[in-house]
Amino acid sequence: MISIVGAVAFILIAPLIGGLIAGVDRKISAHMQGRVGPPILQPFYDVGKLFEKEKTVANDSQRFYVISYFVFMIFAGALFFAGGDLLLVIFALTLAQIFLVLGAYSANSPYSHIGAERELIQIMAYEPMVIIAAVGMYVVTKSFNVGTIASYPQPLVLFLPAIFIGFIYILTIKLRKSPFDISTSHHAHQEIVKGVTTEFSGPTLGLIEVTHWYETVFLLGFVYLFFAFSPLIGIIAVALVYLLELLIDNASARVKWQLVMRSSWLIAAIVGVVNLAVLYFMGVV
Amino acid sequence: MTYLSKSPWILHYDATSCNGCDIEVLACLTPMYDVERFGIINTGNPKHADIFVITGSVNEQNREVVRNLYEQIPNPKVVVAVGICATSGGVFRECYNVAGGIDKIIPVDVYVPGCAARPESIIDGIVTALGILEGKRNAQKSGATEQRVELQQEGEAQ
Repeated sequence: MISIVGAVAFILIAPLIGGLIAGVDRKISAHMQGRVGPPILQPFYDVGKLFEKEKTVANDSQRFYVISYFVFMIFAGALFFAGGDLLLVIFALTLAQIFLVLGAYSANSPYSHIGAERELIQIMAYEPMVIIAAVGMYVVTKSFNVGTIASYPQPLVLFLPAIFIGFIYILTIKLRKSPFDISTSHHAHQEIVKGVTTEFSGPTLGLIEVTHWYETVFLLGFVYLFFAFSPLIGIIAVALVYLLELLIDNASARVKWQLVMRSSWLIAAIVGVVNLAVLYFMGVV
Repeated sequence: MTYLSKSPWILHYDATSCNGCDIEVLACLTPMYDVERFGIINTGNPKHADIFVITGSVNEQNREVVRNLYEQIPNPKVVVAVGICATSGGVFRECYNVAGGIDKIIPVDVYVPGCAARPESIIDGIVTALGILEGKRNAQKSGATEQRVELQQEGEAQ
C-alpha cells in the first residue's frame, strides 16, 4: 500500500523542514561555540543567493548529474514517506549519491576528484549499516514495507537497540558532521577545499544544498521508524538524536578516512551480528 | 527581493602579506566579532565565493594566482583590498618585486587601509562591499553586462 499523500507531502514540505533544521543547526552550533550565530532562515538566504548567481558549469554533463542526484534523492524520500519498499528506498539513495560522485568526477579538477573518492569511501562505509538496519526491521516486523514497519505496535528500538546505536553512528557520516565529514563539510575547516562540491557553483550548488535538506528529512524519518509506535516519543527521539549529532559535531575534530571506513564496518558487523543473534535466541525470529 | 547581501561568502587570499592583516581577517570569525551573524562564511573555494578579500602587495609569484582566483569567482562579485599593502603597496611600494596594490592586477571595489587593518574596519569594508554587490547585481539584471561594470571601474581606478 502506497500513500500518495505521504509522497506529495514529502516533496512539498521536506525542503522547508530541512532548511529550518539546517538553520537551527547553525544557530545551536554557534551557541555551543559561544557565538551569536546567523538567523534561523540563513540557509534559505544562502540558497536564494546561489540561485541569483551566474550560471557557470564545468561541463554539460555536470548539470545532468546534479539534477539526477536531486531527482533520485526525492524519489528515495518520497517512496519512503509513501510507505514503499525499504530496500528500494536504500538503493535509490545510493544511486542518488553515486550521481553526485559522478558529477564531481566529471570536472577535471584534482580537488573535485579527491572529494569524489572520499565520497565513495563514505558510501562504502555507511552502506552495510543501512542495509543491516533494514534487515533488522524486517526480522522483527516480517516486512520491508515502510508502511507496515511504521504501524508495528511495539517500539522497534527495544528489539534493535544495538542496530539503532549503529545507525546513529553512520548518521554522522550521512549528515556530513565531524568527525566523519571527510568529503565535504558545512564548516570553515576544510582542508581539501570543499571536497565533492568544489567544482559546483551558483544554481547547481544551490540544488545540491536543497537535495541535502531532502536527505536530512529522509534520514530523520528513518530514525523515526525505530520509535514509530508513538508519534510523540518518535519526534522527541528524532530531536534528541539530532542534538546528539550536533554535540558530536562541535566536540570532535575530523578523522582520517581509514578510521571512518574501519570503525563503521566494525560497528556494523558487531551490532548487526549481536543484535540479530540475540533476537534469534530469544525466539523472535 | 534579494538574498545577495544576506549571504555573502568570502574568499580570503594572502598575496605576499606579512600575515598581520590575515590574522585580523580571521579574527572577524572568532566569537568576539562573529561575522557569521551576517551570514558571512569564509569559503576557501573561489567558485563558491561572492567577495574576494585580499591582503598584501602582490609579488611576481602570485600575480597570476590573484587574476586566476578573481576569474573563477562567479558574477556578481566584489573585491575588498585589506591593509595598506593591498591598497597601495605600503612600505613595500618601491620594492622591485611587488606590484604595489591589488588594483594593479584586478579591479578593486573597497579599500580598507591600516597596518594591520583592524577587524572593525574590515567588517565595515565588507558591509560597504555588500552595497556595491547589490548595485552590480542590479546592473547585471537591467541588461548591462558585468564586463561593462568592470571596465568602468578599471577606468575609474586609473
